[in-house]
Amino acid sequence: MGSISLQDVRKTFGSHVVIPGANLQIEDGSFVVFVGPSGCGKTTLLRMIAGLEDVSSGRILIDGANVVDVPPAKRGLSMVFQSYALYPHMSVRGNIAFGLKMAGLPRPEIDRKVDAAAAILNLTSYLDRKPRELSGGQRQRVAIGRAIVREPKAFLFDEPLSNLDAALRVQMRQEVTRLQRQLKTTAIYVTHDQVEAMTMADRIVVLNAGSIEQYGTPLELYERPANLFVAGFIGSPRMNMIERETEQHQGAATIGIRPEHMTVSRDGAGWSGIVRAAEHLGSDTFLYVDTPDIGSITVRCVGELGLGEGDSVRLRPDPARVHRFDKSGTAMR
Amino acid sequence: MARRTPVAHTITATVAAWIVGFVIFFPILWMVITSFKTELEAFNTPPSFLFFHWTTENYATVQERSNYLHHALNSIIIAGGSTLVAMVIAIPAAWSMAFVPSRRTRDILLWILSTKMMPAVGVLVPIYLIFRDLALLDTRIGLLGILCLSNLPIVVWMLFTYFKEIPKDILEASRMDGATIGRELVYVLTPMAVPGIASTILLNVILAWNEAFWTLNLSTSEAAPLTVFIASYSSPEGLFWAKLSAASTLAIAPILVLGWFTQRQLVRGLTFGAVK
Repeated sequence: MGSISLQDVRKTFGSHVVIPGANLQIEDGSFVVFVGPSGCGKTTLLRMIAGLEDVSSGRILIDGANVVDVPPAKRGLSMVFQSYALYPHMSVRGNIAFGLKMAGLPRPEIDRKVDAAAAILNLTSYLDRKPRELSGGQRQRVAIGRAIVREPKAFLFDEPLSNLDAALRVQMRQEVTRLQRQLKTTAIYVTHDQVEAMTMADRIVVLNAGSIEQYGTPLELYERPANLFVAGFIGSPRMNMIERETEQHQGAATIGIRPEHMTVSRDGAGWSGIVRAAEHLGSDTFLYVDTPDIGSITVRCVGELGLGEGDSVRLRPDPARVHRFDKSGTAMR
Repeated sequence: MARRTPVAHTITATVAAWIVGFVIFFPILWMVITSFKTELEAFNTPPSFLFFHWTTENYATVQERSNYLHHALNSIIIAGGSTLVAMVIAIPAAWSMAFVPSRRTRDILLWILSTKMMPAVGVLVPIYLIFRDLALLDTRIGLLGILCLSNLPIVVWMLFTYFKEIPKDILEASRMDGATIGRELVYVLTPMAVPGIASTILLNVILAWNEAFWTLNLSTSEAAPLTVFIASYSSPEGLFWAKLSAASTLAIAPILVLGWFTQRQLVRGLTFGAVK
């Protein structure tokens, strides 16, 4: 079991408010990603759940019990750090076994569990090595092994893949997801990378300046962003935000159209514009179009259209996928 | 002007290093040489460097006149004991200041160090009276305590500096792994800080071994370490250079041997964190 609930959790450093009050319900077995720009408080929130950071006020419930006064060692959670934080003086076996040793398990049981965890993570042949003799990816696996071996109520991941190169990151992303599905253990994963968030999460928490902007499944966030911040943060390239008065209709202060929800043609109906720059990726083409009516617009087209710099084009939005926001930036449904 | 070749540069640097090393080492060498002279030759001007009648009579006399082993044992107990007690106090102190600092931590560190800036003689009388009233004069436990206290600031500072270099994440990881603070200190922090702790221990042993002010003032015979043993050769009846040198050589020999075998560790520890 591992359901986690945050109730009016606040964090302040002196007069500086980091988390003004977070409410969140994380169900047992789900994979939740905290995503947001740097400094948005996602790591602080994670560390408060871990117990490494004090809670200024509010309650954190793990399986219904308030843990704000429980030290990290007694919360039954395990954490994977960005820096891996392996014990440099211990072998891989020692690193993975440490938590079990602290729990006072008998030696044969520790060995059995460590061997099992090592087998899952392909670490069996490295058990006697020291962390400094391992590659980045292997160290990452040891850190994960240390987390899973204790069979915790939940895993906490603090940007665990950010030190790996791009190819390895994709591979580890899939491995972590597969492992979590297999173990059915609750996981909270902090990242600033929206691709990690979208691909790994059952549900995503979008944080901005310490506040939860939206909590939902990846597709909910993409299709129905709650406000301008989420709309701008989720999706790449960024959603086009149009604030021209001529385009304001039905009381919307801003309308948003994702680059992939526009069609481009050389003539016909729609906003006219001139291509300022074109990026040809083969599979996709990104066009940056200057329009006299609605300003600079990014468009993503599938395939290759043969359009280049200086070509005049017509842009038409998919009317079903236009997002409307009121003056305060909240989405209008 | 032509640029000097790296070879010439290396030679110059090497020669310069040897000269500096020799100048620093010379007093110790001179002391050892003097210890093998007769008292008369020790006073000769100009002094003879190598060509004199070598004799070991001073060592024999020193052995006869006083009990070297008794003083050496006192030195070992006082230096070793004060270091051990200082470490037991300083490791948790440095841990808390390095990893759970408060707003006042910097001030506390400076205050700790400031006690070392006061000349020891300034508190001699009160300390002497306290020792007298507590019957600590000329006891090993008394000397052990005073040396421990007087070196504690340096020990805390050194350990604090080493601990600062240890990533906080690793200690937090051990907390997440279920370690209590005590176990975190024993199983994670201490083994990771071994080079720093080892050099702190060595430095503290050396400081305590050589400490002369408190040992000379607070002990006479029972608890007297080697410093008192040396001082007893500069007596009112006259200076006995050769015998004094023999006593000094005997007194520094153990610490010199210790330093020689641990120099690698010592240098690594003292420069720890300097190049990162």
